[in-house]
Amino acid sequence: MSLLDDYRDVVPRGTIDFLKCLAEKVKGKRVLHINSTRLGGGVAEILRSLLPLLQDIGVNARWEVISGTEEFFATTKAFHNALQGQEQNIPQRLLQDYIEVNRENARRLSFDADYVIIHDPQPAGLIERKSAQGKWIWRCHIDISRPQWKVWSFLRQFVVKYAAAIFSLPRFAQRLPVPQFLIHPSIDPLSDKNRDLSSEEQNRLLKKLDIHTDKPILLQVSRFDRFKDPLGVIQAYRLVKKHHDVQLILAGGEATDDPEGAMVLSEIRETAQDDPDIHILLLPRDANLEINALQRAATIVLQKSLREGFGLTVAEAMWKGKPVIGGFAGGITVQLVYGVTGFTVNSTEGAAFRIHHLLDNPEVMAKVGEDAREYVRRNFLITRHLGDWLALMSYLGRKS
Amino acid sequence: MRKIAKHPFLFVGCWELREMLGRSARDEQQLLEAIEEIPLDSIYYHTYSFFLRHKYIAGPYPNDFATWAAIQVRDRVLGEKLGVLDPYDFENLESLRAEIVTIIEEHLSQLQIIPRAIYGEPFHFMQSRIIEVPTGLQARTLTEFRETLATIDVSVIYYHTFEAILRLGRKKGDFAVWIEEQLGLPDLAQKISKLDPYMTSLENIRNRIIKICDEVLEKGAFV
Repeated sequence: MSLLDDYRDVVPRGTIDFLKCLAEKVKGKRVLHINSTRLGGGVAEILRSLLPLLQDIGVNARWEVISGTEEFFATTKAFHNALQGQEQNIPQRLLQDYIEVNRENARRLSFDADYVIIHDPQPAGLIERKSAQGKWIWRCHIDISRPQWKVWSFLRQFVVKYAAAIFSLPRFAQRLPVPQFLIHPSIDPLSDKNRDLSSEEQNRLLKKLDIHTDKPILLQVSRFDRFKDPLGVIQAYRLVKKHHDVQLILAGGEATDDPEGAMVLSEIRETAQDDPDIHILLLPRDANLEINALQRAATIVLQKSLREGFGLTVAEAMWKGKPVIGGFAGGITVQLVYGVTGFTVNSTEGAAFRIHHLLDNPEVMAKVGEDAREYVRRNFLITRHLGDWLALMSYLGRKS
Repeated sequence: MRKIAKHPFLFVGCWELREMLGRSARDEQQLLEAIEEIPLDSIYYHTYSFFLRHKYIAGPYPNDFATWAAIQVRDRVLGEKLGVLDPYDFENLESLRAEIVTIIEEHLSQLQIIPRAIYGEPFHFMQSRIIEVPTGLQARTLTEFRETLATIDVSVIYYHTFEAILRLGRKKGDFAVWIEEQLGLPDLAQKISKLDPYMTSLENIRNRIIKICDEVLEKGAFV
């Protein structure tokens, strides 16, 4: 019994045996993933699930992390923001430091692999030390469609040396002279955030959070960030509250040293006033089981983002059979097929209307939730992600 | 009577890699111009292999062009005109491309302004890279065929119907040819080749083929 077989009960029929056949094409190949952290963030979360599956299926996969100074990571954080369109001033000295840190890591790491997969901008400069063998692939997880051009121009000199680039959505990409592929991110149905919970376990988790299920629950799980429009969610809740006695839960990360996050949280508290049916939950980074329990307890899940990356919290809720109402932004539009697997909305009023409509039509909620779960089963689980990697390696290997 | 095929049916599945062309359209004129120029693998991606990506839920329109016009541009008329297009009516991808171009040109000629995705997303052109995957499974009898079909990955259905018919030039589809030639069941073969997969999902096609096989097997003529 392999690790992959654990997924047999949750994926579409035939999938596991098919993946094993697909893996035959790259069996024994050496694959090296490199990113900037083992902890926290979506990339590490995906690699933690993906690496064991690659190994299990016969691929010789390993994962390395680059090291760097605080200044280096401050620079790459500024890269991150600049590539997503924010104005940043990065002095030439720091650009040179980025190159140096990548060179130091290149001296430390072994690139002895058939495929070297570099995640995001931080380690992109490693390609300067590429050995003759092996295909190098740049996996970009962020939206670089509207970058600050000076920073993109700097990064582009490295990216064009890769054999291929991968983006999560076509609209996140840039024009490049190398082949570009689309691979959606995924959720792991067996992780703590998504696995089935017994009713006892769920009740215990909800009790710990002081959440009661006596009223229908509207839930948004997201950072306290203006782009997630938490104030719009409260307004939508108030419009609905005139007709339905519901409660609203806004669950997000604990206030950190992010000054804007703290400011948004304070605005949310002010807007919520003392409404006993609005619950603002500050959860630690590893509160995966708590988020799982909240999503399962929700009646309707909201992700009313104004701007969004891929927005995998939508797939997480869909996987739990919940109807999701999302903002018309980023990857939310790919996950929510309007009226079939959920609803996208363009305004606060639109969100309120859809909540109202769903609460009045429980049979629609049930059908949308059911179709949402099936849609995720076939498109956004880690097994599909594994298949994409196997196919890409097979394709690039064949080309050479 | 147990009919055993001389040559077994070899089940082959496929995986679609999605390659981005780096080209997009914001309005229907740009869509038209791009469709005239893109590689045929891109026409294939946005029409035929749409089904490979919508295995369970058919979606509101059966190809990407119709879906974009109706949902993103909010031009339901063009969405409907493109949605009703059946790729099976065309000899090859080039003639399908010509028909799509004609439909959009005719539609635009009746309008004063070019419809544009104002609130919606632009259309991003992609192309398919289909990776063939032999499953190692085979069938020599109708019972084996039916049992295997019920359990395999649904991409096998796609490969032996859509891919075989359009890109590999096997007009009846692989299932029908094998059933006719190897099992000597022309009526069953004809029923399978007449299934129109266009307006449904791959899972529905699987279920229909199994149902048709079961009808033959229940009669007891072949096992």
